[in-house]
Amino acid sequence: MSTKVTKPNNVARSNRKWIIGYSIAGGILFAIYQFLLPWEGLPLGIYDAVYRWMPPAAVNESLVYVIMALGLNIVVGYAGLLDLGYVAFWAIGGYCAGWFMSEFFYFLNIHFFGSVAAQAPGIHINFWMVLIIGGFVCALFGVLIGAPTLRLKSDYLALVTLGFGEIIPQVFFNGENFFGYNISNGTKGIVQVDPIPIGVKNLGPFDFGWKLLIFILLTVIMVFISLRLRRGRLGRAWLAIREDELAASMMGVPLMRTKLASYAVGAFAGGLGGVAFATHVNGVYAERFNFAISIFLLAMVVLGGMGNVWGVILGAFILSWVNGNGLSAFGAFYNERFGTDVDFASFTFLLFGLVLILMMLFKREGLLPESRLKMVLHVEELDEAESSTGKKK
Amino acid sequence: MSNVLEAKSVSVAFGGLLAVNSVDFTIPRRSVVSLIGPNGAGKTTFFNVLTGLYKPSAGTIDYEGRDITDLPPHKIASIGIARTFQNIRLFGLMTAEENLMVAMHSRLKSGITSTILRTPKQRREEQGAEDRAQELLDYVGLGKWTYEFARNLSYGDQRRLEVARALALEPKVLLLDEPTAGMNPQESQVFIDFVKRLVAERDISIMLIEHDMKVVMSVSERVTVLDQGEKIAEGTPEQIKSNKRVIEAYLGKSKESK
Repeated sequence: MSTKVTKPNNVARSNRKWIIGYSIAGGILFAIYQFLLPWEGLPLGIYDAVYRWMPPAAVNESLVYVIMALGLNIVVGYAGLLDLGYVAFWAIGGYCAGWFMSEFFYFLNIHFFGSVAAQAPGIHINFWMVLIIGGFVCALFGVLIGAPTLRLKSDYLALVTLGFGEIIPQVFFNGENFFGYNISNGTKGIVQVDPIPIGVKNLGPFDFGWKLLIFILLTVIMVFISLRLRRGRLGRAWLAIREDELAASMMGVPLMRTKLASYAVGAFAGGLGGVAFATHVNGVYAERFNFAISIFLLAMVVLGGMGNVWGVILGAFILSWVNGNGLSAFGAFYNERFGTDVDFASFTFLLFGLVLILMMLFKREGLLPESRLKMVLHVEELDEAESSTGKKK
Repeated sequence: MSNVLEAKSVSVAFGGLLAVNSVDFTIPRRSVVSLIGPNGAGKTTFFNVLTGLYKPSAGTIDYEGRDITDLPPHKIASIGIARTFQNIRLFGLMTAEENLMVAMHSRLKSGITSTILRTPKQRREEQGAEDRAQELLDYVGLGKWTYEFARNLSYGDQRRLEVARALALEPKVLLLDEPTAGMNPQESQVFIDFVKRLVAERDISIMLIEHDMKVVMSVSERVTVLDQGEKIAEGTPEQIKSNKRVIEAYLGKSKESK
């Protein structure tokens, strides 16, 4: 006879409420930036404040970081594999956009539902397809990089991924002559990627409002993928590997394949982020893909709360906002107010370092931790009375 | 074939140390056999060879007539050799149910896309796995702890959960590494009954590493004694009890025989 136990919320299988909440939040954000800001009746004070503290470009950039951080969360948060070279996937995704959505290959003339005139030289594939292509190319590279490196354990894995995170951007950096071929325009970068076709119009570099909507959509997709996978067969195997690799293999979980899957899914998100970023900045620039980005993304995951998508989103928003706009806006505000002349933006990394140290000291599980982790780091053990009733504090 | 598992002259060397020295071992179908020996005799090492964690430096292991010597651990687990650990190795931050469902990994088929799309087939599969997990938890008496994190369970329950997790692999051979360590006599007795019930009700063979002689003598059909990596005796519990070499290995030689 089977015992009936009701499922507590934290393990309930379906969880559709977030989609509604998320759509509402996204819709409001979009409405503000697309309709409210350009509205002429808007008081100038509000307009100025928004542009000063949260300009549309900064919000969009934050969302790109959210996409990437969600991907890294699958590798680091779910499977527990420390990846210090995630920027490699961002670069590959970016160059996919550069290759397939610009005039870079000027000697070719390939169009596929592109958004530019048919006589334009180069490869012009539809943005939505390039997204998928970028995702899959990155996933492929994830597997290629992962296959030799994932045999290593923790620290060694981190070191080797760090190496790949340096190598791949360097290849693009010096890619003007890659065995005789130009694959990246080197330091000049690939400028002007195609606008995004959305049926009614094409979104150029300054259509921030509509692009915001597209980036929100991409983050929804990533959240959706993360949550679904987390609850399924693969997510359980990832968590088991994170908990105890040896026991997992003894329970029939193939370690290599499972880890590679997490790499591939994480890299896929990197590809999406890379393509999105290329359309955001309207180009691909090799010097932007540096080591600091990998650490930056990792800091987002750690700050927000490893393994919990909502925490990661929060962490990504906060850090990219501080880095992109928040700190300099605060500096301008402070200097104006107190008549000082402090260059706040130059303290970014000092601030990040400080935040990370404080987090490690006082809130190791992150701002919005995964419910499981919260337990380890705060509740030590259940006392006798609690364990006999099975209730937690 | 009467033996589920046959290990033929298996040796394991760590550098110059011969941890297991040319041991022959068989597990007859639907039986309970025990492996005993003083600390450091190579019992757990032998377990680790059977489950693929170590590769033997010599010898072969056949399971159901198939050579599994070179299979990786997860393959060995998925074809039906399950184990528990001397020091409990549950997935502490996963629920009891999830622990069991991890062990069903190799039986489940859904991949990345079907999980993301949550296809009807995937949902049926998950539901089936949940039902089976609940069934197993009921079977070992943990039915009400389905959604409790493994680390919150009491020591005895954790031991039982480990057995349930191993059973979730639907094994033909179950290797238990010191399952009654840390249990009091009553708990050990419950365990003995459990093992007997398991063999009576399921098509399964059990191999035990155990220090508690009461447990060993009351459940085993055959006892094998290892000492310093070598098999020094094998027989029924009665034979082992009176075997001179076994007594020597455990207690040392008596003065007269020196």
